[in-house]
Parts: sequence; C-alpha cells; structure tokens
Amino acid sequence: MEHRDYIGAKLGMWLFLFTEILLFGGMFLVYAEYRDLHAAEFHDAGKEMSVVIGALNTVILLTSSLTMALSISEIKRGMKIRSLLFQAATVLLGAVFLVNKYFEWSDHIRKGLYPNSPELLALSHGKVLFFGLYYVMTGIHALHVIIGISVIAFMLVLTLRNRISASDYVKLENTGLFWHIVDIIWIYLFPLFYLIL
Amino acid sequence: MERTFYDKRGIASWLFTTDHKRIGLLYLMTSLAFFAVGVSLGLTMRLELIRSGMHIISAQTYNAVFTLHGVVMIFLFIIPGIPSSLGNFIMPLQIGAQDVAFPKINMLSWWLFIIGGACAVASLFTGGGPPDTGWTFYVPYSIRTGTNISLAVFGVFLIGLSSTLTGMNFLTTIHRLRAAGLTWGRMTLFTWSIYATSWIQLLATPVLAITLLLIIVERFFGVGFFDPAKGGDPILFEHMFWIYSHPAVYIMILPAMGVVTDIIPVFARKNIFGYAFIAASSLAIAFVGYLVWGHHMFTSGMSDTARVIFSLLTFIVAVPSGVKVFNWIASLYKGSIRLDAPLLYTLGFIFLFSIGGLTGLVQGALATSLHVHGTYFIVAHFHYVMFGGAAMGFFAGLHYWFPKMTGRRYEEHLAKFAWVFLFIGFNMLYFSMFVLGWEGMPRRYYDYLPRFNGPNLVATIGSWILAAGLIIMFYNFIHSLFRGEKAGSNPWEAASLEWQTPSPPPTENFETAPVVTRGPYTFND
Repeated sequence: MEHRDYIGAKLGMWLFLFTEILLFGGMFLVYAEYRDLHAAEFHDAGKEMSVVIGALNTVILLTSSLTMALSISEIKRGMKIRSLLFQAATVLLGAVFLVNKYFEWSDHIRKGLYPNSPELLALSHGKVLFFGLYYVMTGIHALHVIIGISVIAFMLVLTLRNRISASDYVKLENTGLFWHIVDIIWIYLFPLFYLIL
Repeated sequence: MERTFYDKRGIASWLFTTDHKRIGLLYLMTSLAFFAVGVSLGLTMRLELIRSGMHIISAQTYNAVFTLHGVVMIFLFIIPGIPSSLGNFIMPLQIGAQDVAFPKINMLSWWLFIIGGACAVASLFTGGGPPDTGWTFYVPYSIRTGTNISLAVFGVFLIGLSSTLTGMNFLTTIHRLRAAGLTWGRMTLFTWSIYATSWIQLLATPVLAITLLLIIVERFFGVGFFDPAKGGDPILFEHMFWIYSHPAVYIMILPAMGVVTDIIPVFARKNIFGYAFIAASSLAIAFVGYLVWGHHMFTSGMSDTARVIFSLLTFIVAVPSGVKVFNWIASLYKGSIRLDAPLLYTLGFIFLFSIGGLTGLVQGALATSLHVHGTYFIVAHFHYVMFGGAAMGFFAGLHYWFPKMTGRRYEEHLAKFAWVFLFIGFNMLYFSMFVLGWEGMPRRYYDYLPRFNGPNLVATIGSWILAAGLIIMFYNFIHSLFRGEKAGSNPWEAASLEWQTPSPPPTENFETAPVVTRGPYTFND
C-alpha cells in the first residue's frame, strides 16, 4: 500500500512538534514558578554561567539551522552532493554544540555545582533550583540534539541512496523541522539561563 | 474462498503488521489481558475489605495492589482501550480509507504500549518491589519510597508516547484520508469522538511525560523541584500531574460516547437527533476539559479564588455531556427499537454514566467536595463513569462490531444474560461505595471500622456477581469466535461505511474506493 501524501506527512510532523513544545513547556512552567519565587537568587546564580560559551553555542545552532535549510533547498534543485555536504555540516555543528556543553557541564561539576552536591545544598534554595533547572532543561535539550544528529545522519544515508531526491524530499524537510525546533528551544534557554544578569 | 485480512499467516505477520485492523486486534487482545489483571487486583482488594479486621494480605501489599490496579486499569486498559482497538479497526473503515496515515508509526505505537506494559509488570518483581504510592505518584512519597517507582513510571512514559503517536496518526488520517464525498458533516459520530480524543491524546500526554521524567530525575539525582527542603513545591507536582490526568478522563469517555452514538440510530432505526450538537459537544468537552484540573486539588492548599473558578469550570464541562444524554434520549424517542445486546449495553451506559456524571457535580461543588474528598464516594464516582460508562460503552462496541471484526455473530441470549449479572453486580459493588463514602469511610485504606461492615459485604458480593458477568460475556465472545453463526457484511442493517464491505474486511478494506453521497445514519425503512 504505497501512498504519497506530502501534506499529510507535513501535518503529522507539525502535530508532533506541538507535543515537543508542550514537553518543554512543562519545564518552562517550572522555571517560571521558581524564578518568580526566587528572582534575586536566579539573577545571582546566572553569574556562574559563561555568556561566551552560551553565545557561541547559540551561533553554532543558528548556523546549523541555516545549513539544514540549505540542504533542503539544494536537494529540491537536484544538487545531491551539495545537499549531502550541508547535511554533514549540520551534523558537525550539532556535534560541536555538544562538545561545548560537555566542557561547560564539566566546569560546573568540578566547582561542585551539580544536583545534590554538598556545595550546592549549602547555597540558597533559589540557587539550588536554578542549577537543577539548568541541568534538567539543557540535559533534555541535549538529548534532543543527539536524536536530531542521529536522524540527520540517517537522512544523509538515505540521500546517498537516492531515497531522498528532488521528487521526494519530505523526510528531509520533516527532519529540518525537527532540527529547527531543537534550535528554537535553545533560543529560549539561552536568555533564561545566560542573559538574566 | 473469501479474501480477508486474516489470510496472511504466521506470528511475524501479526507482530510486525502495519495493517490497522490487525493492530487494532493486537491492542484489543493485550488491553483485555491487562483488564483481566486489573480485575483480579480489584477482586483481591474486595476480599481484603470483606469484613473489618480481615487480613489476607499485609498493609504494604494492599498499597501495592491498589497502586497497580490503578496503573493497569488506567494506562493499560481504559486509556488505550477504545481508541487503540476499536478506533484503529473501525475508524479508517468508517472514513473509507485503506489504512491510517502512518501505518508504520501505528505499529510502533503498539510496540511502545507492550514494552511500557512490560516495564510496569517488571516493576512488580524487581528493585524494591511494586510501587505503593497510588497511581497518582504524589510527591514526596514517590520520591522517598524504596519501591520500584522509576521502572513503573518509565513504563507509563512509554505508554504515553504510544498514546501521543496514535493521536497524531488519527488526526492526520481523519484530515487527509476521508473518501470522496465524506465531508466532515457526513462522518460518523464515533469518528468525530476519535477525532476529539486524538486532540487530547496529542496535547495532554506530553505534560504527563515531562512530569514522569521529573520524578525519575528526582529519584536519581535529587534535583529538588518538588522537595521543600531544597526550595521545591509538592503542589507543583499535583498541578503538572492533573493538567494531563484530568484531560485523560475525557480520553477515556469520549470514544465510549462515540460508540453509543453510532449504536443508537441503528437500533432505533432513525437518524441521530442533533448531529451537529453531538459533534460540537465532543470538541467542547475536549477543550473545557483542559481547564478543570484543579478540582482534584481542592484540599491541597489553593486559594479560595482559584477553587471557585475551578468549581465553576467543572460545572460548565458537565453541560456538553448533558447535551449528549438528552440527544441520545431524543434519538430513541419514537424510534423502532431493536433491543439487541449493543443497545442493551448502551442503555446501561447511559444510566450508569449519568449517575457517575451527576455525582461528579457533588464533588465539583466546594462545600460537598470537602465532605467527600478522600472517601469512597470518589471511588464510586469514578468507577461509575470509567467502568459503568467507558467500559460498558466498550462492551457495547465489542458486541456491535464483533460481526465486522470476526465475520461471526455472538450468541444474543448469552450476551443479555451476562448483562444482567454485570448490571446487578456493578451496582451492588459501587453504589455501596457511595453510601460508605458519604458515611465517612476513607479510600486507600486496607481496613476499616466495624460500622462500615454492611455495605462492604454487599460490595464484595457484588464484585463476585460482576466478575461472573464478565466471565459469561467473554466466554460468549470466545465461543462465538469459533462456533458463531456466520455474519454477512451488514447484519445490523446499518448505514455507515464499515458495513458496506465484507465481514471480515479484505486487507485493503474496500474493493473500490467508496464515494459517499449521504449521511451515516440514514435508513430507508
């Protein structure tokens, strides 16, 4: 039963993206409640964050969204090699993002700023909650980055095998949509954790 | 030799099928198996509570039993119940489609359901033993208890993912794959109810997903979101939990309402009364249902203002349900009634659901809510709506669509005989609980004061009569599966599309793509 329904495929993907917004929305709700209760302490805790790494990661993800979009416009033009290169570039940028996050987290963990650490528990409630939210939210986000990279890598293989082409590229477009939402969520995380000074 | 979707043989052809009819049957078999587990757990509780001072199980075991009863019945039977089994099998047929929009994701949904169920069952035997927090997993106890919460909660997370994907699949299917001429106004009201339910499944379940993930994160890493010692707030958990779990009850009831709305016109031989209002009321229930979650938290410490608003919204959400009940009665009025089993179970549904719904208002009113909170009154209410309502509707649908799914007829007298046992047993079991709750017996207790002995004994005996009814009903289905009289494509002389193809249908559903020129409840007799 082979049926091609381009609009249906896009509709399904957009519906799935709604669910991702609600998933992260739950966490933004928690952030909103605790920030409201501990505004000053969130502000203080934010000083521990490196704006430079955060901004760098933001640029990296935005660029990766560009390369992702370009990979789609190239495949639409039938430029298979260029599409493959842009897909590969997106994967690479995603990986660099994760490497940066690794260094960031290691730095905080070395300073004893991780959930349930004696150093953290000695701090005020607001700070404990701030770091809890930081790890959980950027952690679940990073999980989505890993999933996104894996899916793009898979699409790369499909493109190589001509299963994605100028006449049938909806899988790549939907992958792009997923990657864009991962990017958008980071666009919200960045100011909430790094720029609230 | 007739070609049906059963033709292809072998276990792999079932376990890895992408045919919505086979997936529907897989869900049906597995959710009924979980129902049997849930019933056994319920019967165990009733045995423990047969008499004050009776101790056939320990208090810890009792806590685990009612937790598991809730988790199994809610996440593994009633929520997937109608949408994943009857919805999967019947809805694509009713819209004249060959299958759902994403058949492979449909298969994935079933596998997630099975693996999630396996995790939940495994939590019984691993780690610190079965969860004992109640199916609501309230903090702080769910964080501190040594029982195997993480595995059970992860299982529920997977089941939730299954549910979300099914919702997405059905929405796309109904929007994109309706047959030529099948306008929104010509869809069956069962399909409308599946549509409304799918919106709830899609949008509400992710909030449960994150709430459950946060429990697991909390147990492993001690992050502190719900722990006052670290600045967290246990009431935040309740809000997040109930923001999903209230809409979830509409996932349970809307499809059952859809089932009975399809049945009534066929067995009254006249068009449904108020088609547009019934369709609109499904959407209204889905929407307003998102706004009432606070009524589960009236005694948790919310402000008076918040409580008044939630109480008002709770009364408002009852209105569209009332609209349906009146429309069903009006549809039966002056109809040419054929009291076959599907209609008999439907009438049972209307009566029991009405009692459940009205007692919901007793709970929704703030003053009376304080009196009945945490008592057996609540237990009686939700069993009337979920069991007397949703499950009874499910049974009505099983009888109605049995010929379509199996190509055979069930035995009519046995079905009615089972109904009598079910109806009597059900009311003995759960009406007693209204009395007990009003008199002050608390829920989730493994024992009680001697003054509650009378109604408890009635309830336990009722549970046995109810169980007998279930056994008779399922015996009828199983026996008829092998020995039932052959059914034609349209034994009920119904007008909707699923009856215009053989019973059971061929794999591709329709020989030629249907073209629809009239509504689903137009009868010529």
